[in-house]
Formats: sequence, structure tokens, C-alpha cells
Amino acid sequence: MALRTLLTRKTLTAAPLGVRCLQTVSLPDLPYDYGDLEPAISAEIMQLHHHKHHQTYITNYNKALEQLDGAIAKGDASTVVKLQSAIKFNGGGHVNHSIFWKNLAPVRQGGGEPPKGSLGWAVDNHFDSLEALIQKMNAEGAALQGSGWVWLGLDKEFKRLVVETTPNQDPLVTKGPNLVPLLGIDVWEHAYYLQYKNVRPDYLKNIWKVINWKYASEVYDRECL
Amino acid sequence: MNLLSCSSNSWPLSSGVVAVTDQPLKSLKGSLSVPSFGWEQRRDNLRNNRRVLKVVAYYGLKSPPYKLDALEPYMSQRTLEVHWGGHHRGYVDALNKQLEKNDVLYGCTMDELINVTYNNGNPLPEFNNAAQVWNHDFFWESMQPGGGQMPTLSLLQQIEKDFASFANFKEKFTEAALTSFGSAWVWLVLKREKKCLAIVKTSNAINPLVWNDIPIINLDVWEHAYYLDYKNEKAKYVNTFMNHLVSWDAAAARMARAQAFVNLGEPKIPVA
Repeated sequence: MALRTLLTRKTLTAAPLGVRCLQTVSLPDLPYDYGDLEPAISAEIMQLHHHKHHQTYITNYNKALEQLDGAIAKGDASTVVKLQSAIKFNGGGHVNHSIFWKNLAPVRQGGGEPPKGSLGWAVDNHFDSLEALIQKMNAEGAALQGSGWVWLGLDKEFKRLVVETTPNQDPLVTKGPNLVPLLGIDVWEHAYYLQYKNVRPDYLKNIWKVINWKYASEVYDRECL
Repeated sequence: MNLLSCSSNSWPLSSGVVAVTDQPLKSLKGSLSVPSFGWEQRRDNLRNNRRVLKVVAYYGLKSPPYKLDALEPYMSQRTLEVHWGGHHRGYVDALNKQLEKNDVLYGCTMDELINVTYNNGNPLPEFNNAAQVWNHDFFWESMQPGGGQMPTLSLLQQIEKDFASFANFKEKFTEAALTSFGSAWVWLVLKREKKCLAIVKTSNAINPLVWNDIPIINLDVWEHAYYLDYKNEKAKYVNTFMNHLVSWDAAAARMARAQAFVNLGEPKIPVA
């Protein structure tokens, strides 16, 4: 019995170098219903955003990954480089939106409740008050040209909170390798257009009613250890 | 479309400048003795702190050359109302507010303003608003009720020369629109140096004027342009634009004017 397991373990470790499974990604489920974030974000927007937009990023990311895998296997360097922008865009879209769904919560699950504990203290310390932070993020979000995200991040190196914006689907790490996203707000037009039309400031004002500070606190505590 | 005379090398699409003077800034600054309208007076008044009526002129919101419901069912009236009345108007208002505080830029024509504020790739804050006003003016005029179909005569000849066929051009244009990341515009331009038509993608507010190329057609692929009508189905929007909205008449007129600046060679005159 023991001999057989020894043999099987050996064959596993002796697997050839080129063989590996491509890990594709899939659409994460929302921890709440599409309509649970009303009236801050409408059910129609949530459904389109999650089921269509996020899914499209995932589909295109998986496609690009497969093409990348093929190109790496063939040693086709120029194709590898050519695919980078598609991977950054679609992969970034997947990463950002996955964080975004966790950043939102219905009111009855604690959405909108101000942060307590160490994150609450850190916010007061770095930004004077929660209102000041919200105002800063709203101003940066409204001023962002075109499409992008506005983030509340933690700089692990200097142990402080930062407010950053990123264009298109660039993840927060593109602004600094030590930045960890705590909260991200999608200011692409698809995130608010059907409900707020061109009045992005209204969307930014209302989204705070469903922001999930509990998740942000968890990430903050975990990263600050 | 306004084909009246204007200062050399600029397009006649300045958004309804209300001021009397359309002169480039340089000539105004040079002549102190000539009472140039408003400029010198305003500066002296501000210096002497005299409270006189300031005569200032800004950019106005130009209406599309058709009623807001004329593009139904391909582009709904609601979209026009929000896109033109909300976004475009917002850009005009924001630009005027910025120009209020900036005496140097006030007085440029729209095209000069775009080039100056682009600042060779390091755009000033006014660039976004100025360029977006221009882009949207151009966009409304690039569409017409009953649009689509095919271009004719010399424009078609030029497209067939530079893209092999009209079908190929249509495919390339659609592909460019669908592969653009984020907020973008897609353009059919006449390249001045290469003397040929080309398809160009630009992001956010950038337009081909900053590279001194001549735009012929543009398509707004910012999400606000199609979200109310097509939600996330960008492909449907782009196809509808190509098949039912694009104004080849406007394109032909722009092409004709462009040929005053770019020599595209001898026309093909059929022999007998």
C-alpha cells in the first residue's frame, strides 16, 4: 500500500515542464440580490453591470489568457507583448469589479454604516473626519475625465491611507506596488448612467449609503498586521 | 454646416462664437493703437478698477442640424436631450467659466484654443472642455436623419483607394470602435502628410486636430452616447451608426474643403 503511494507521488513530481492547467476565471456571485441596493443603485444597473459588463471582462480575459498561453508555449514574444493591453484591461476589469461587489452591501447588512475600530481611527487620523474623506473621494471621482475608478487605499510601506484615481480599468497597484485597495468606486458611465444620467456627483453622493465598511475594515486589519 | 470664410487653416465649426472679432490673438496683442474690440478696454478698465460694463463673448451651444427626435429610432430623443442638453452643454458652460478667469486664452478661435491648450501632449485644464465641445459639434454634424448608405463620387473613390473597398473600410471602422478601451472617439481623418484617409482612435477628449490632421467623420463611443438606447450592446450601436446615421453628405463637404489644403493628386477624368 505504502509502496503504491510512493510510486504515484513520484510520477506526479516528475510531470513534464510544459504541462499545466490554465486557470481561467469565472463570474463571482453577488452576496445580495440585484435589487437590494435600491434606491442608491437601481436593480437594472446592478444586473447589467454584473451580468453583462463584468461577464464580458471575464470572457475576454479568459480568451486573452488562452492566446497568451499559446504564445508563451510557442515562444512568440511579439504576440505575448501585444496581448498585454488586453490582459491589463480585461483582467483589471475583473479584479476591480470583484472588489467592487464586496465593497457594496444592502443597508440591512450594514451598508452605509461608518467604519469602527482601527480603520475608523485611521480615517479620522489621516483625513480629519469621515465626511472629509467622502468629500475628497467625491471630488476626485467627479473630476476624473472619461472612465476610471476612485480608490481608498492602504499604503503598506508607509502605513497610511491614500485616495487615488486610476484610468479605465487599471487596478490600484498601477499607482504604486505597495497600495492595497480598501474601497473602490466605479465611475465608468455604465455604473450610473441609467439612473443618474450625466449627474455623476449625485451618484457619488448616494453610493455611500450602501458602502460596506465592514469589508474594508477586514482588509485593513489583515494588511496592517 | 457653416462654410463661411474664417481665419486660415481653421475649421468653420467654432461653436457659435458670439464675439464680433474672430481674429487670432497675436494680431490683437501687437497693435496697441488700434482700438481692438473689448480686449484693450477691458484690460485698462480692470487696471483702473473702473466699474464699467464688461463686454465679453464666449462660446455658445450650437444646436444639431436637425430636431432632437429626428434620429429616431436609431438614436432616441431622450439620448439627444441628455447627450446634447446635458453633456455637451455642460462642456460649453465649464469652458466659458474657465475662460472667464483666463485672459490669455480668451480671444482664441476654437481650433487655436484646442491646439494651444493641448500643449504638445501636456494638456491644460481647458483642453478637455474645449476639445469635447468641438468633438460633439462635429459629431452632431456627422449624422443626419436618413443617414447611412454609401458615400458617392470622389469620396467613395478615395475610400476605395485607401481601404481597398467600402466594405473593408466599414469593417475596420467598426473594429476600431469595438476595440477602444474606456471613453474614446473613432475618426475617419485625412492625413495631411501622408495624403490619405485613415481610421484613428483617440481616448477621452483628444481629437486629430492636435496632430494637424483633417477629420472627416467621427463617432462618439463614450458610454453616455449609447447607454440609454443600447445599454451595453456597443456593437449594435456602432452598426446602427454606420447603417442609418452617418452623414456622407457632411463627409463629402468636409472632404471637398480638405482638398483645398491637401493635394490629393489629379482627379481621374474618364477618357471619352
